[in-house]
Amino acid sequence: MASTATVAAPHAPAAAPHTETGVWSWITTVDHKRIGILYFFSSIFYFLVGGIEALFIRTQLIVPENNFISADLYNQMFTQHALTMIFLALMPLTAAFFNYIVPLQIGARDVAFPRLNALSYWVYFFGGLMLLFAAVTKMAPNVGWFAYAPITERQYNPGPNVDFYVLGLQIVGLSSILAGINFIVTILNMRAPGMRLMRMPIFTWMVLITQVLIVTAMAVFTIAITQLMFDRMFGTTFFDPARGGDPLVWQHLFWMFGHPEVYILIIPIFGMISEVIPTFSRKPLFGYNVMVFASVLIGWLGWGVWSHHMFAVGLGPIADAFFALSTMLIAIPTGIKIFNWIGTMWGGSIRFTTSMLFAVAFIAMFTLGGISGVMHSVAPSDLQQTDTYFVVAHIHYVFFGGTVLGLFAGIYFWFPKLFGRLMDEKLGKIHWVGTMVGMNLAFFPMHYLGMYGQPRRTFTYPGDLGWNWMNLMSTLGAYLLALVTGVFVWNVIRSARKGAIAGDNPWGAATLEWSIPSPPPVYNFREIPIVHSRMPLWEEDASKEPGIPHGKVAEDVNAITVGGTQVGEMEYPDAESKMSAHDLGIHLPPPSYWPIILAFGILLVFGSLIFRNLDGALHNLWYLSVAGVLLVAVSIFKWAFEPGH
Amino acid sequence: MKSRAKSSGYSPWKPAFGLALLTLLAGCGEDHLQTYPQTTFAPASDFARELDWLFKYTLVLGVLVGLFVFGLLGYIMWRFRYQPGNPEPEQVHGNARLELLWTFIPALILAAIAVPTVRSIFNTQREAPANALIVEVRGYQWWWEFRYAVNGGRDTVVTANEVHVAVGTPVQLRMTSGDVLHSFWVPQMGGKRDVIPNKVNTINFTPEEPGVYLGQCAEFCGDSHALMKMRLVAHEGDGFQRWLQNESEPAPAPRDSAVMLGKQLVTKGACAGCHTLRYGAAKDSATLGRTGPNLTHFGRRRTLAAGILENNAENLSKWLKNPPEVKPGALMPNLNLKDEEIRYIVAYLQTLQ
Repeated sequence: MASTATVAAPHAPAAAPHTETGVWSWITTVDHKRIGILYFFSSIFYFLVGGIEALFIRTQLIVPENNFISADLYNQMFTQHALTMIFLALMPLTAAFFNYIVPLQIGARDVAFPRLNALSYWVYFFGGLMLLFAAVTKMAPNVGWFAYAPITERQYNPGPNVDFYVLGLQIVGLSSILAGINFIVTILNMRAPGMRLMRMPIFTWMVLITQVLIVTAMAVFTIAITQLMFDRMFGTTFFDPARGGDPLVWQHLFWMFGHPEVYILIIPIFGMISEVIPTFSRKPLFGYNVMVFASVLIGWLGWGVWSHHMFAVGLGPIADAFFALSTMLIAIPTGIKIFNWIGTMWGGSIRFTTSMLFAVAFIAMFTLGGISGVMHSVAPSDLQQTDTYFVVAHIHYVFFGGTVLGLFAGIYFWFPKLFGRLMDEKLGKIHWVGTMVGMNLAFFPMHYLGMYGQPRRTFTYPGDLGWNWMNLMSTLGAYLLALVTGVFVWNVIRSARKGAIAGDNPWGAATLEWSIPSPPPVYNFREIPIVHSRMPLWEEDASKEPGIPHGKVAEDVNAITVGGTQVGEMEYPDAESKMSAHDLGIHLPPPSYWPIILAFGILLVFGSLIFRNLDGALHNLWYLSVAGVLLVAVSIFKWAFEPGH
Repeated sequence: MKSRAKSSGYSPWKPAFGLALLTLLAGCGEDHLQTYPQTTFAPASDFARELDWLFKYTLVLGVLVGLFVFGLLGYIMWRFRYQPGNPEPEQVHGNARLELLWTFIPALILAAIAVPTVRSIFNTQREAPANALIVEVRGYQWWWEFRYAVNGGRDTVVTANEVHVAVGTPVQLRMTSGDVLHSFWVPQMGGKRDVIPNKVNTINFTPEEPGVYLGQCAEFCGDSHALMKMRLVAHEGDGFQRWLQNESEPAPAPRDSAVMLGKQLVTKGACAGCHTLRYGAAKDSATLGRTGPNLTHFGRRRTLAAGILENNAENLSKWLKNPPEVKPGALMPNLNLKDEEIRYIVAYLQTLQ
């Protein structure tokens, strides 16, 4: 393929890959790659914040009847740990990949709405700051991320804590919905010629499914938190039983969002794993079609299982039976995916790079989480498990063993594309071993704790119930995870500047993003490629034998890569990659400062509602609200008439 | 590619998993209950036994599936690891027969789980039998109230944090909340059920073994959620009837002066604003205060402050000295009682047998 002819020669990362530099260029950027990198570092930052919050929790529980933190602070910490990890760390970290990788995978020069993309990031940025502010000032939400009514009503919770929950998540949710619409349009409309839906890279497929879930599920959540906001601020009674409201309505709405949310966090990972495993097994994905349909089915069934979080609520045997069975059904497409990954590895030639190790660990740990998940679907015995540490174990095998391990696999895999340099494999393997030991030490004992009667969300426990040593183990595991996460962060920082130079396609992977330099030039593709195959670099490279993965295997074990050329040994001064989009006659949208100003206006509108009652008293900050609304209106107007777009 | 495949074929979680399973299976029996007094693995009612069986049944199936997947994964990691000189693998895109196979086999396993699940869902939510003992349960931040109808339903016995039942007599708990959500959970008696304002939820079970069982709120309900505990006492023979008879008596009259002073402090002081002490017949439950637990037979209870402290003079003094220090967020304020006042009150409360 002429269009992918640049694959052969690895490029040194250009000193200044973008035409502009400096802080201002990052604030005004609409380049999907830069926004991806902003998402990447922000979410890593919040991953550390969420980790610190977890350390507060685990340190409080290291011994029985500990007084490390107060009951209220503990409640803030477990709430904030979940909110930070879900909304500020994991979702945005997947968004970093959506931003950076999807346009490259589909052969596009940017997303469909570049400024909207910038707006999504800045809205998330300000929403994140708001929740972080709540945490450091000890005013964080203290009712759990599920925030079951009526404890969220002003009567039981007069402080600003729940307001931060309502308004912070409103802002972060807005960011997700905007990004979701953007990516659905991008994926459906901006694929390179010839890339039919069933030729899309599997990761892009999974992103498409995820975005549909985000747009629909976040809408439900928006309704729920709007009602809660009205209850708290304007005296409605949606969820207040004392005044005729129904707290169970909240639970239904919350889990109608909350369960698809679980799939929002895991389906992108399915996509990452499905890119990593074939690449390092040097075999195509086993059963691509079935993998796609299984994920669509998981996303669809994900809407019909929400009440399995509510088996103890007393919905009656008919509802319990329905939701038990629908939940069990989800195990079937999930099982298909597990076995298809195993089928991909079968007969392969598996290279255990750090990325692949995390991918394999994902399969194993996610299987454990899936098994305990099926145990939860057994409604009667779930009555013993629900609200205990058994569920804490389950969600951490799904979110940590699933989402986080998969994200690590994705980071080690795509890092070279983002930064032009490889992450250190030795540090990576230390990270992998430490993570595996740490997570199993931290989370496996929780299965027992739950079955031995420890309820979750308890800030203390007595010493005579047999829970002591398992809690100690769990806390030590958390400390180990903190330690190796430090190794990971060090690896990211160091490798971004000093790692071995990666070249275009260090892993010999098959999809379009590996056909262009690392990091890609600002315009991504000089010419939009024409796609004839699902794996363009494996099946369309005219210089290679058909049907053989791109790149001959280097017999020399010192080769860093399985790609065509040994990497890190030559640096081509590459004139081409230094040519700007303008030189090449490619039109790119100019930078814009309206996204960040609009986002700030949104922050003002919502923030003014919170600052009404920071100290418990109601201050009327109407002028802040008005300023925010004006800012929003002006920015939208200016945005619409901005030249060059 | 610096990785040595042979070091990667070893999966550290495998032995951990096996060891864990072994501990689980070895962990049942008398010793188990002594080590883990709040365990779910020592069922003492029909309800709990059914759940226990279902759990172990799915656990065995789950462990078999897990071992199969882990074994397969381990084998593949070893067998198909990269070795220098390997030929490029054959490019296989899928296999419809295999994929159908691993659709149907999991479906069969799930069907094997689904059938007993649905049967148990209906089994455990049947109507209570006509002879069932009805106990009304109310959850409050952060304590439990239990009510029994006596004298053919004309009178009501009200007690707190200690629910009494009789071995062999079916029990139905009818539960609702006075404030936020709670969840009733006594693991050895069976699964939990949420306690929700404006809704009456029920649990049915028949206690099978006498004893004092630990329980605790399982739905997050605020600051002292961790401290909202209870005891369930299952009586043998006529023990339950004797207990109920005693509870329906009025509070005993004071016999000495210290106790008398204590009574005055309780009934004339701030205590009465929230706590009820019944001096007449059970139907005469005209109350002074209903915010806090009914104290009529407080002295007989095993614990205080919702099951977190043993009920003795020392703990009671500690509690009266500053309740929110023992239980963060407790609605009972620090009344700044003098030490001697506390002594009198303790003396009186202990006589409430």
